[in-house]
Amino acid sequence: MVRYEYYKPSTIPEALDLAVRFGGDALYIAGGTDVMVSMRGRKIAPKALISLRHVEDLARFDLPVLGAGVTHRQIQESDAVRDRFSALHDAVSHLGSPQIRNVATVGGNICNGAPSADTACPLLVLNAEADITGPSGDRRVPLEDFFVGPGKTVLERGEILKALAMGAFGANTASAYIKHTRRNAMDLPIIGVAVRITVDRTDVRCGDVLCGTAPISEILGHFKDEDLRCEDIRIALGVVGPRPMRVPKAEAGLRGRIISEETVASVAEIAASESTPRDSVRGEAWYRREMVKVLVRRAVMKSIDRILRPDERIYPDRLW
Amino acid sequence: MGRELSFELNGEEIKVEVEAHWTLLYLLREKLGLKGTKEGCGYGECGACTVIIDGKAVNSCLFPVMEAEGKQVTTIEGLATKEGGLHPLQQAFVDHGAVQCGFCTPGMIMSAYALCQEKALPTDEEIREGIEGNLCRCTGYALIIEAIRAASPGR
Repeated sequence: MVRYEYYKPSTIPEALDLAVRFGGDALYIAGGTDVMVSMRGRKIAPKALISLRHVEDLARFDLPVLGAGVTHRQIQESDAVRDRFSALHDAVSHLGSPQIRNVATVGGNICNGAPSADTACPLLVLNAEADITGPSGDRRVPLEDFFVGPGKTVLERGEILKALAMGAFGANTASAYIKHTRRNAMDLPIIGVAVRITVDRTDVRCGDVLCGTAPISEILGHFKDEDLRCEDIRIALGVVGPRPMRVPKAEAGLRGRIISEETVASVAEIAASESTPRDSVRGEAWYRREMVKVLVRRAVMKSIDRILRPDERIYPDRLW
Repeated sequence: MGRELSFELNGEEIKVEVEAHWTLLYLLREKLGLKGTKEGCGYGECGACTVIIDGKAVNSCLFPVMEAEGKQVTTIEGLATKEGGLHPLQQAFVDHGAVQCGFCTPGMIMSAYALCQEKALPTDEEIREGIEGNLCRCTGYALIIEAIRAASPGR
């Protein structure tokens, strides 16, 4: 075992003091499900770990603000997150295992900077901002600018992510995250797709079609016939580039338009063309790009379904 | 540099000397001799090292020992009675043939225990989700799920 010291500060100033004292030799640790794995794999060997578990400021759970120290389990158990920030709820429900979710934090998932981080895409479409504090002061960074590359974020040495503040949004809005994996638990996504969409109204007379097993094209035909309009849309993709990313051209392709088979198919195509996936053990680039098309369409449908049938509480596993 | 650590282990307050860089699993197995908790992968993937901390299932191989201070920790050794009587979950695993090589069993039972503390009558779907962080290398999942269903306290 690699030897290190372990500190448990209870305030942010104490934590920052320790970080300054150790310089590059210390690492912050929250739930530890990434840090402890890297230590064990000898990828990192800090002289000290500074635990953030006992810093009360980080435990804040005050929607739309989530303290960085909030665990995935807490998010999963929150009805308010499920109803209002559904994409994030989808993400934490299939992240790791109960053992991981019980300790792993949302801040840790973001700070680890993995292109596959499950909470990244939902937080991108939910318009989150990162609340950062450090030895040289506080700053706020939109999550889109937070990720720099694989394992790299804008955090400077000693800085702590305090909270993630999601954006406010109006009515007729819902979100969804679809994680494409080979197995349900303990797996990283082959790709991840998050969508948040706002439509112009909810009095669409096709509830019975949504309840049945009609193919997506038929449902989209109903939306078109009833002139259901997309007021706003945000789409984020994971594992299709060096960092979780939004696809602005695809979003522009649906914003303000009537939702139909043609417009949704075209958005999915544009999103796939904006993605830059690579071949990896989990999936080849061409496959990932094809699946972007499929899953963007499903995530749009799942989000709209949540707007039109808010009481259905669609289980994340349903094949939308 | 040794540190003194106090926490509740299987219902008893203990004080032990630890090193800051240990994991909880290392303390349990190598220093306290509680070999029921297994080390499978050591990376939080397999769940063989699952213990309960303050009512929640946790991978002890990823749990820094210093974080155990003041906590309530339950291991597989804490489930049986002092006289050696098996916990209903343990008995159900025996009765249903849910044990093959046995290596995943303590972790499986601890995950099931955490689940049953929260849900007296879990559905099969909830049972599957409850043990999704536990790998059985013999792939004996069907009987494990059966055993947990039979032993759930609401049944």
